[in-house]
Amino acid sequence: MAGKSKRKIGRGVAIVGAGMSNFGMFPDKDSKDLFAEAFAEMLASVDKGFDPADIQAAWIGNFSNDFFVHQAHWGPIIADLTGIAPKAVTRTEGACASSTLALRDGLMAIASGMYDIVLAGGVEEMSKCTTEEVTEGLALATSPYEGEAGYTFPGVFGALATAYFHKYGAGREHLMNITIKSHENAPLNPKAQFKQTIRDLMEAKKARAAKKGEPVPDWADEKEALFDPSFNPPVAWPMHLYDCCPISDGASCVLLVAEELAKNYTDNPIYVVGFGQGSGRGLHACPSLTSFEANKQAAAEAYGMSGLKPKDVQFAEVHDCFSIAELIHVEDLGFFPEGEGYKAIAEGATRRDGRMPINTSGGLKCKGHPVGATGTAQMYEVWKQLRGEAGERQIKGKDLYIGATQNLGGTGGTCTFTIFERR
Amino acid sequence: MEERPFSDISYRKFLDEEKLMGSKCGKCGKIYVPPRHFCHECGSSQMEWQEIKGEGELAAYTCIYIGPAFMAKEGYGRKNPYCTGVVSLAEGLRVVARIEGVDASKPESIKIGMPMKATFLHRGEGEKARTFLAFEPA
Ligand SMILES: [Zn+2]
Repeated sequence: MAGKSKRKIGRGVAIVGAGMSNFGMFPDKDSKDLFAEAFAEMLASVDKGFDPADIQAAWIGNFSNDFFVHQAHWGPIIADLTGIAPKAVTRTEGACASSTLALRDGLMAIASGMYDIVLAGGVEEMSKCTTEEVTEGLALATSPYEGEAGYTFPGVFGALATAYFHKYGAGREHLMNITIKSHENAPLNPKAQFKQTIRDLMEAKKARAAKKGEPVPDWADEKEALFDPSFNPPVAWPMHLYDCCPISDGASCVLLVAEELAKNYTDNPIYVVGFGQGSGRGLHACPSLTSFEANKQAAAEAYGMSGLKPKDVQFAEVHDCFSIAELIHVEDLGFFPEGEGYKAIAEGATRRDGRMPINTSGGLKCKGHPVGATGTAQMYEVWKQLRGEAGERQIKGKDLYIGATQNLGGTGGTCTFTIFERR
Repeated sequence: MEERPFSDISYRKFLDEEKLMGSKCGKCGKIYVPPRHFCHECGSSQMEWQEIKGEGELAAYTCIYIGPAFMAKEGYGRKNPYCTGVVSLAEGLRVVARIEGVDASKPESIKIGMPMKATFLHRGEGEKARTFLAFEPA
């Protein structure tokens, strides 16, 4: 897959600042408040200082605040909030990949010479809806044929999981390794929505039962709890509650500048060295039920552009909207052979101390998934890790210089892969 | 000779008539369900209608406990899940469709590879009448 595409970025582009809000459910905050948090942190993160008046344009990813809070046209709202107005702020939409598309537009704008300094970010405000409303809102981004067959987001991933299990002999217990790992990373991320390990959650459930005078469950380990439907009820079998990312509010952004300007802002910029994006046709027309065609397109483009190979990538944030998605992504991106990913994961390969750490942030599962904010929030994690600023969750024992983010929109309709380098 | 345009609207009208219809490329013979305007194999737009037999096997499935409003209206929900899936057709195609005639509350009783045949679910009345493609064990 690597090396086929020779498309190049016409002019180098670097990230010199990054910020994200806390992710979670915030009844007392709206999209503007959340984006303000991310923007303020981004400004403070620029090592040598930055005047926001120097931003020439911005792109803001947002999937469906139209549906969730009945407000569309977020470009000018963010322009007004940040003071970028009257300069251009444009909304991008690619479902859950919306803010990576913002990054892509910013990248192309600088690479083309049209601008030198731009902002790319995203925001989503979901928690003011009920679970049923959010499920229906997200289902707007399935393929139309899937929607009318009664598919929800978790439903499509559930179907992919049955196909994967059947083809490769994996089972729910293998997906649980992904969930348990994400819950081990998240307590080390102060911005994560869920900061508890599965063990913490088991103990909390036992304590509640004891307090109410109900029978106290005596699970032997995490997997026994995760197999218990009273702890982990089905959502779209085989996807259960703990296979699914939560409903979240949040915002994130990164500051992009032309390569020749980067050292004006920091001695430690992070360069965007490869980018790819693909489109998928849906379950009825895609070539395989155990991979995403859009991922393979995105990966081929990004590896080709960067000249890098899967083995060069030292760690990645991938789009684990559902546990099965993380498994498919790590195979599609070439980190593990197809049908082998679940075995490597079972051996701990994707843990923070493994040979290919995945989702050190806690992933969408635990960090949260305010859909339009997720892409640039993944980049925030890579920025922190590459600069050695990830605190307690910093990957140890490796000199990190290549990281990547993979972002998926809808049910695989849009996939992106972005590779970053510290030089 | 069937003269309807190769659109989703035509496809749905055929479902109302209990016919599963796809488009066949007049140039290279590739078949598509639902119909396409353009052939992805050869780029041709010379399509003709092709009736699909509606026989195949289950390729993937899920049993959904939290569904959209239109499924909730049919009485489905956390206590009464429904099954939807992907069926590989005898013609070498794949369709997504609701799966009937299985016990969605016992997902492990449903097996990939089960032989399936098409059925048509008529729902709603008057202007809201719709027909949904479904498959059931053959
Ligand atoms: Zn053709």
